[in-house]
Amino acid sequence: MSDKPKDELLHDHNHDGIDRRGFLKCMAWAGTGAFCVMKGGVLKSYSLSRLADIDHQKTKGEFSFVQVSDSHMGFNKAANPDVVGTLQAAVAKINALPTPPSFILHTGDISHLSKPEEFDTVEQILKGASAKDVFYVPGEHDVLEDDGKAFLKRYAPQSPGSGWYSFDSHGVHFIALVNVLNLKAGGFGSLGTEQLEWLEKDVKHLSKSTPIVVFAHVPLWTVYPDWGWGTDDSAQALSYLKRFGSVTVLNGHIHQTMQKVEGNITFHTAASTAFPQPKPGEAPSPGPMTVPADQLRHLLGIRDVNYRHGHHALAVVDSTLE
Amino acid sequence: MRIGATLLIAFLLVTALVITCSGQTSAATSAAATSAPGATAIKIDNFSFSPATITVAAGTTVQWTNKDDIPHNVVSSDQAFKSKVLDTDQQFTYTFTKPGTYEYFCSIHPKMKATVIVQ
Repeated sequence: MSDKPKDELLHDHNHDGIDRRGFLKCMAWAGTGAFCVMKGGVLKSYSLSRLADIDHQKTKGEFSFVQVSDSHMGFNKAANPDVVGTLQAAVAKINALPTPPSFILHTGDISHLSKPEEFDTVEQILKGASAKDVFYVPGEHDVLEDDGKAFLKRYAPQSPGSGWYSFDSHGVHFIALVNVLNLKAGGFGSLGTEQLEWLEKDVKHLSKSTPIVVFAHVPLWTVYPDWGWGTDDSAQALSYLKRFGSVTVLNGHIHQTMQKVEGNITFHTAASTAFPQPKPGEAPSPGPMTVPADQLRHLLGIRDVNYRHGHHALAVVDSTLE
Repeated sequence: MRIGATLLIAFLLVTALVITCSGQTSAATSAAATSAPGATAIKIDNFSFSPATITVAAGTTVQWTNKDDIPHNVVSSDQAFKSKVLDTDQQFTYTFTKPGTYEYFCSIHPKMKATVIVQ
């Protein structure tokens, strides 16, 4: 039942075994609930509404993790007066996954005003998740008063710099980048020379078959320049990663899901667990978007990422809170 | 009668002088209907500062008010001033004593920039 032809997308026009068009089409479905698995370069997709019918062994990864983002603990305006409740709903979603994820990545704007009690509340709520380890990168709301020193002390004391670090899990190399410090007037996100030099060294000796996952708050591709949705010096960072066979970039900041594929690099931005923001250009500014109460939880969500050894890309499933 | 006329003329002259002086002051500052007495008001809303460019006399106090539903701050590009984070309805004031052109921005959302010209 899981292998009905109409679910499979087979486009191999470049004859290189990589189904890019199918992948992009699948990614377009992901926002409405598609589960995509890359197997030997060929993409198979399954509608989330039929997930219960699918043999879970076929789609399960070797390991999985979850991305949450933009919890904005402390926000209390019309767009969502209960960011505690929606974060708790996100944790309930995580706990409902068939296999507990290995850990959680939080791509920043954990707090709304960098207050200690806001960070404390998020940590408390995430303690209720089935995954006990959480890795954080800061958003601009997390480094408001002290150039991020409080954030650094709490979440990345081991960082060789201002909050960046890397770690390995199940053969996948994870890289946490910080692009919300030292921002210049009129600019976008910024990585800075010191971090770029660290990154170059960090990946230099890895074999190109090592799957790479980069996570950072502001998107590492230019989503929408008018609203500052991009990173000034990300091209340099990505140049160090071009030689790898599988690179996944996970970002937050824009409070909506978007995907882009560039060669072997796939970019995903995540929904917020706090409030949605408008699509590029669809409002005068990128601020919190107030929607009817019964629609809010359809626009907030989490991301489940599955890794299967030997496969090009990670299987990414976005799900909304409702 | 003469004294009365003299007094009247004097009164009119003083009034005219006062009106003229007020007129000059308001020409030098931005037109902002809700500015606090003596301060020039800049509104922060919709991820922008308005007015985006103002010209004031040296010694003028400028007051920024955040009317947006997201926090912002006010940071000068040359480190002359930096506000704390302003949540909705919070304010920051700064008195410009030295003439010059002061570019400033929101360091949380750096695309937001504006200028104060001090003469």
